[in-house]
Amino acid sequence: MSPEVAIPISYTWVLMLSAVLFAIGMIGVLLRRNGIAIFLSLEIMLNSANLAFVAFAMRFAADAETAAAALAGQLFVFFVIGVAAAEAAVGLALFIALHRLKESIDVDRVNILRW
Amino acid sequence: MVVQVVFFVAAALAVIFSLIAVAHRNPVINVLSLVLVFFAMATIFAVLGMDFLAAIQIIVYSGAILVLFLFVIMLLNIRKVERIGGGRPLQALLGAATAIGIGAALVLGASKLAPAGGAVLTGAERGTVVPIGRALLGSHLFAFEFISLLLVAAIIGAVYLARRESR
Repeated sequence: MSPEVAIPISYTWVLMLSAVLFAIGMIGVLLRRNGIAIFLSLEIMLNSANLAFVAFAMRFAADAETAAAALAGQLFVFFVIGVAAAEAAVGLALFIALHRLKESIDVDRVNILRW
Repeated sequence: MVVQVVFFVAAALAVIFSLIAVAHRNPVINVLSLVLVFFAMATIFAVLGMDFLAAIQIIVYSGAILVLFLFVIMLLNIRKVERIGGGRPLQALLGAATAIGIGAALVLGASKLAPAGGAVLTGAERGTVVPIGRALLGSHLFAFEFISLLLVAAIIGAVYLARRESR
């Protein structure tokens, strides 16, 4: 039950990597104008959230009384992956419909509802 | 020691290829470098003792979701697209500054936390199939069922949205 083998990686390193990937994905979401590229950047951001879950899972695994939370952290990653799969399916279908309508997936050309 | 080297190499690869995935103009190269990002993250998961997570990351993300992206890119025949931030220098500057600021704040906050080595998960908490399957169909059964419901709804929605207009 109690964890025996320590690994020489601090969970703060994993958190920092997660923060860097989040910033990179956010740059893509804010700066790209191509729909698919925005979507790809969104996947990077979702994955950085997964890394944060994993970081805290390994943090809680180090203490014996919170070790059950380590499993919950991993389960949340599965749920995030499931939601990402659903989101990718619906989003890509939206882009196919958009491409049929506008011959382009540039999000700047979708401006009918813009004020 | 070996574990640290593997972690840092995988982290560096993840950062480099996510930059390529975000900034390159060719969408196919974007997707393929994202595959490498996900492989690097699966390596990190495996190093941390989360075996099933690493396998799922490769099978579901690289194998299913990114293939869907590639499929749509080739179906729509998207070639080179716009340069990142092209045409709007002010918005590009503000967006990049916001993202980098948030990222720097997060890194700073993480560096303020007391460093603590994790533990290779052993016994009941190790991320192999048995404990994860038990937890998915035990304490987290409702969330598991709702995810399957969500996926069914997403499939129906995707088929409805992408169908050809019949007239």
